[in-house]
Amino acid sequence: MNDTATLEAPVAARAKPKVILCEGNEAAALGVALARPDMVAVYPITPQSSLVEHVAKLIADGRMDADIVDAEGEHSVLSVLQGGALAGARTYTATCGPGLAFMFEPYFRTSGMRLPIVMSIVTRDGITPQSVWGGHQDAMTVREVGWIQLYCETVQEVLDTTVMAFKIAEHHDVMLPVNICLDGNYLSYGASRVELPEQADVDAFLGDKDVNWHVALDPLRPMAVDPLTGGAGGKGPATFVRYRKGQCRGMQNALAVIEEVHADWARRIGRSFAPLVEEYRLDDAEFAIMTLGSMTGAAKDAVDEARAAGKAVGLIKLKTFSPFPVEALLKSLAKVRALGVVDRSVAFRWNCGPMFQETLGALYRLGRHVPATSFIGGLAGADLTVAHFHRVIADTEALLTGPAPTTPVWLNEND
Amino acid sequence: MYEVRFHGRGGQGSVLASAMLAAALVEEGRYAVSIPSFGFERRGAPVVSFLRTSEREIRQLTNIYHPDCIVCVDPTLPRSVDIFAGLKPGGTLVQATHRPLAELEIPDTVATVGLCDAVRIALEIFKRPITNTLMLGAFARTTGVVSLDALKRALEDSDFRDAGLAQNMTALERGYAETTVHQLDRRAAA
Repeated sequence: MNDTATLEAPVAARAKPKVILCEGNEAAALGVALARPDMVAVYPITPQSSLVEHVAKLIADGRMDADIVDAEGEHSVLSVLQGGALAGARTYTATCGPGLAFMFEPYFRTSGMRLPIVMSIVTRDGITPQSVWGGHQDAMTVREVGWIQLYCETVQEVLDTTVMAFKIAEHHDVMLPVNICLDGNYLSYGASRVELPEQADVDAFLGDKDVNWHVALDPLRPMAVDPLTGGAGGKGPATFVRYRKGQCRGMQNALAVIEEVHADWARRIGRSFAPLVEEYRLDDAEFAIMTLGSMTGAAKDAVDEARAAGKAVGLIKLKTFSPFPVEALLKSLAKVRALGVVDRSVAFRWNCGPMFQETLGALYRLGRHVPATSFIGGLAGADLTVAHFHRVIADTEALLTGPAPTTPVWLNEND
Repeated sequence: MYEVRFHGRGGQGSVLASAMLAAALVEEGRYAVSIPSFGFERRGAPVVSFLRTSEREIRQLTNIYHPDCIVCVDPTLPRSVDIFAGLKPGGTLVQATHRPLAELEIPDTVATVGLCDAVRIALEIFKRPITNTLMLGAFARTTGVVSLDALKRALEDSDFRDAGLAQNMTALERGYAETTVHQLDRRAAA
């Protein structure tokens, strides 16, 4: 799959890529078009709406050859795509917030049926209180439903990851649906300089379409899909466990596949992104702050300023949140003596952020106590600025000498 | 890093202007990021958009609190919004107004002012008070941060077509040509 001999020319010898300015939502749509899906189904919801409008326009303009279903709601959107995927189609949709909540029943079924559907979540905070702005609460709420979830830092990463998501989802060792999470508002509407990959390079990267070789609906070969399974008798329990173990195995397999696919993208397209965990100025750091998504840029700028002021701080960013990259993360965590984790959502049961909660689970395997603080900010569109990250850095540095707080620090509490 | 904050009202196209300026800057080989403020986009309500540009990659995806330049595409907005909040000392104001400089209330942080009677010109070109592309021309004239040519190329790459494209091209050119630029040296020194 990763045979570099099939490359037409080394990246350095290629023509300069076409550079455009576009929003994250448009970048996602352009990534979808490059991946040549057979079928998309859409229902608009803020802040995702302009993404599916761009997809619809690309199809209407003849720049994308896919069937589009304008469904009556998100539950139907994903149900329609399940039919398409079962028939062997490459499929795509996007949603967020209340739309994701409304599609929850088929959302769970998609991963159980091992359908490699790709869906962008233009992340939005949970309601209520009523809000239409960004936050990771929607994607975090469904983090245990068997979908792979990749969080993007920049508009360029949105475009590139959207293409890569299809290759990860359809890999025979994985066969799981993938969410590309892009932050509502700051990425969805933030317009940045973006380099467009060549269609021929993307075609070579994705290779021949090979979707649902395992179930593909065929009138000449009738079969039941997703029959009643489980219960306490007969082959029910063993069959159900086989399904669940298969899903867990696919998730674990995805860790290596995500790395492979990112490496292949870097070789063929010439742009690389840390596939699981990114380290920034971590090697000689005493303590680290941990980030997710578009907040990371401001956090890196704050780390640079703190370094210039003599603070031994580094940064750890997660790109892959599901499956949780425990081993890769532990390699990074082993380098520091204190940690501050910044979440853009809330883990209500634990009174902290979800990434903080999951990182504590990973830290148990480190065999050494690392004091850590949960920071929660950027909820419902609130800004996470360099100044906020200076507070995160100062509070995390304090863990080296003082006690760790048992409650989260709410970064926008006084904004 | 050079930071611009656009002020306007919903429907006047200030968010589009911010994105078009970013496209023009990218056209010139620079890095640029444009982020609109987030609200319910009612017509007439004050809206804000943020633009950063740099020779190097821009990592911060945040709002702007201490801009180098303020572009206000609506002449009445300064009465209801503190458009100067956080402006860096020695900063620039590009304002749509028919009033002369002496009649404007301008704080000491402002060192350079570009004035354009954009509503009158827009009514002549579009028959509607849409001032956004005019004020991009005014921005180019006042600051020199972007060239008029790059703005024209960005406009050609935009969704404007036919008559709309021709009108906006005229608006860019007239905004550039009909802007007066004032240096307020005594204010800056004060």
